Amino acid sequence: MFEDFSLFPDAASSYASRVDSLYLFLCTMTAVASFGILCAVVFLSVRYRRRADRAAEQLEGSLPLEIFWSAIPAVLFVGIFAWAAKLYLEMYREPADCMEFYVTGKQWMWKIQHPTGQREINTLHIPVGRPVKLTMISEDVIHDFYVPAFRIKRDVVPGLYTSEWFEATKVGTYHLFCAEYCGTKHSEMIGSVIVMEPAEYEAWLGGQPASQDPVEAGRVLFENLRCVTCHDAGKNQRGPDLHGRFGETVGLANGTTVLFDEAYTRTSILEPKHDIAVGFEPVMPTYEGQVTETQIQQLIAYVKSLATDTGEGQQK
Amino acid sequence: MTTTTAPLPLQAEPREDNYVAAGYGLKSWLLTVDHKRIALLYLMSITVFFCLGGLFALLIRLELLTPQGDLFESEIYNRVFTMHGVFMVFFFLIPSIPAVFGNFLLPLMLGARDVAFPKLNLLSWYLFMTGGLLAMIAMMTGGVDTGWTFYTPYSSTYTNSQVLVTAVGVFIAGFASILTGVNFIATIHKMRAPGLTWFRMPLFVWAHYATSLIMVLGTPVVAVTILLVAIERLFHVGIFDPALGGDPILFQHLFWFYSHPAVYIMILPAMGVMSEIVSCFTRKRIFGYKVVALSSLAIAVLGFLVWGHHMFVSGQSIYAGLVFSLLTMLVAVPSAIKVFNWLATLYRGSIKFDTPMLYALAFIGLFTIGGLTGVFLGALALDVHVHDTYFIVAHFHYVMVGGVVTMYLGALHFWWPKMIGRMYPTFLAKVAAALVFIGFNLTFFPQFLLGYLGMPRRYHVYPEEFQVLNVLSTAGASVLGFGFLLPLCYLLWSIKYGKKVESNPWDACGLEWTTTSPPPKHNFHDVPVVEEEAYDYAKREALRV
Ligand code: HEC
Ligand SMILES: [Cu+2]
Ligand SMILES: [Cu+2]
Repeated sequence: MFEDFSLFPDAASSYASRVDSLYLFLCTMTAVASFGILCAVVFLSVRYRRRADRAAEQLEGSLPLEIFWSAIPAVLFVGIFAWAAKLYLEMYREPADCMEFYVTGKQWMWKIQHPTGQREINTLHIPVGRPVKLTMISEDVIHDFYVPAFRIKRDVVPGLYTSEWFEATKVGTYHLFCAEYCGTKHSEMIGSVIVMEPAEYEAWLGGQPASQDPVEAGRVLFENLRCVTCHDAGKNQRGPDLHGRFGETVGLANGTTVLFDEAYTRTSILEPKHDIAVGFEPVMPTYEGQVTETQIQQLIAYVKSLATDTGEGQQK
Repeated sequence: MTTTTAPLPLQAEPREDNYVAAGYGLKSWLLTVDHKRIALLYLMSITVFFCLGGLFALLIRLELLTPQGDLFESEIYNRVFTMHGVFMVFFFLIPSIPAVFGNFLLPLMLGARDVAFPKLNLLSWYLFMTGGLLAMIAMMTGGVDTGWTFYTPYSSTYTNSQVLVTAVGVFIAGFASILTGVNFIATIHKMRAPGLTWFRMPLFVWAHYATSLIMVLGTPVVAVTILLVAIERLFHVGIFDPALGGDPILFQHLFWFYSHPAVYIMILPAMGVMSEIVSCFTRKRIFGYKVVALSSLAIAVLGFLVWGHHMFVSGQSIYAGLVFSLLTMLVAVPSAIKVFNWLATLYRGSIKFDTPMLYALAFIGLFTIGGLTGVFLGALALDVHVHDTYFIVAHFHYVMVGGVVTMYLGALHFWWPKMIGRMYPTFLAKVAAALVFIGFNLTFFPQFLLGYLGMPRRYHVYPEEFQVLNVLSTAGASVLGFGFLLPLCYLLWSIKYGKKVESNPWDACGLEWTTTSPPPKHNFHDVPVVEEEAYDYAKREALRV
């Protein structure tokens, strides 16, 4: 029971120590304030305890004093806000060169797909020192992907892509917890994140059963689901050409614009009537109920791969 | 406050026509419209709910003694923590101080014969009991396992526990809260004694005014939200479940729009009690009376603008997160102001350490820690790590138990002689206060550490490295349990055997002390006229020394 006892969690990501500094600062503030108040209470209680020969002195308030002690916490708290906000913005704005993993949560397991297509359940192997981005979605209720050693968590929501990113800085095995209550086996929806040296990671990947590359799987789906009939870059196409599009801005029929990202692709597949691209008829059928979350992820991976593909390859 | 009708020191002749003796038999209680009797009805019913909630808490702590789930199945454990939350939040904390002490004291403090709408007041209690009974029925027919927060789509589609019955129970109890709020607002506006201007009102009344505003403005929102969950569950209309075309995060917005302000429904009355006790036992007017009064209103208003701080990792826009975080930091300021003003009241006071004052001093410390750890959670990047861990469990127990329950006990020990006309054994009471303070800290302080280590809340089984702190917490809980049981015993005992008290055993200011203990059916024999400011202890001190 005492072997692994500690008061501080492992710090294994690029933010861990920065979150810890903020935490320690706040701990110090709380300790100083609480201790100060404790001392004040003890001192005042002893000094002004009731005596038969001394009456309480009535003091009306004092506006300068009120302003003074409102300003101190106000300034302090706003400072803390700014410090924490800066770090928060970094947490949720990933750099461009991330390795992209897909995570699907369902009662009560985590399904993970590597950028190169390998899949695993409840464990996530990653290389140390590389930024990793998780794009996450749930198949049922809300879950939350939480790695305490990385000081990172984000809800995994049905019907909505959320993401988080981190860079592991220390090789080791760390807890993965579901942090949003999701039903009976919530506390067993756990796993581990295994951080490896890059070479080891490559070796590990090589040892995994050769599974399909998500882009390739997506391409096959794109054909089988007849997406090509409308999205073939050829002539008389009924749907927009998808080459070189991902990451760009799309003009919509209602005059607004939207970013062509994972969420937009997903909506286009499941609710095509939701955002109609300008210049096209709303003829695309919905694939709601016909594709699984994993298949949607593969289709997205394929559409994404077309971003760097100008379409020449398809014409041959 | 003093009145022209009674000379100093205030001692009215004890008379036999008190509200307790005004009628006998069950019917005289169940059909009463006397605010004091209704307060006692509430006191009895919420005590039952508190015991139920406490029993569930005990089961939780027992289960968490070991990392494995050896006491129950997960299915049961989830129901246990949910029922703990539902009973404690909706059926104990929210009604606690307002429904018992607000009901009992507002008319007395205002010099009125009753609240503005006595029959509505009785209706509130019946609605509350209907809600409570439904929750108990839900408990006995299998319980709920959604957590007291009822997050969708788990609650609306996936769980097969008694969500509907519980939701209807909470919905109905919500109306009790709305009606009580309306009643208090009308009473404070219309029933003040001649001469009792707004800025002569006790701070307890100010706190209840702010609380009532939140009850009236916020509760309908949660009622509607619960109704929507019920509709989705029953008729599969897509509101919150994306599989039906709904939005699960919308639920969180609606839920927290009420449930954050609900925190202030609980804590503002506790702050009101605090002001009464501190001024009485320091023999001083509260330092910065107006600032303390108005800060209650500031909290009520700002409290409605910070709900999104429960959703920093929920998938809500990160820019919304920034705004909510900044506002959260600001709402902490009026609370800090109150703490400073109470401390300043001690300065040059004449302090006596009777039981209520012990609870008040405990409150200052516990509320400071509870409030400042709230700043941890409001700080965006830090919240990402500690959100939904034991850190937040510890934080809100410091506010809800360390703050609200402590002050509820403070109020009970302060006004008990007025309510019952008898005193409890004071030494035992001080022992209980010490047990509560020690037990509480031992239970919840380790949970801050657990949370930062990363132990998620609502975990039935947990990794072994978290055991030491959990054992400490469970040990603390047993001490805390004794601390709560003791008052239950000696207060009950004192009803029959306690020493009879005069009308003003603490020599306190305030109209409620000018009438007999227990007060007569219609509170005052003559309508009091107020000519003094609130907390006019100067005269009493001049007499004492
Ligand atoms: C019947 C023809 C048709 C089929 C089949 C079809 N689409 Fe579409 N798709 C369209 C049309 C027309 C639009 C533009 C109007 C709109 O936004 O709905 C479109 C829009 C899109 C967009 C948004 C592109 C943009 O420029 O805004 C994506 C992404 C997309 N489809 C993917 C797919 C995928 C993946 C499949 C197969 C699973 C598929 N489509 C099948 C006709 C089709
Ligand atoms: Cu979970
Ligand atoms: Cu809140």
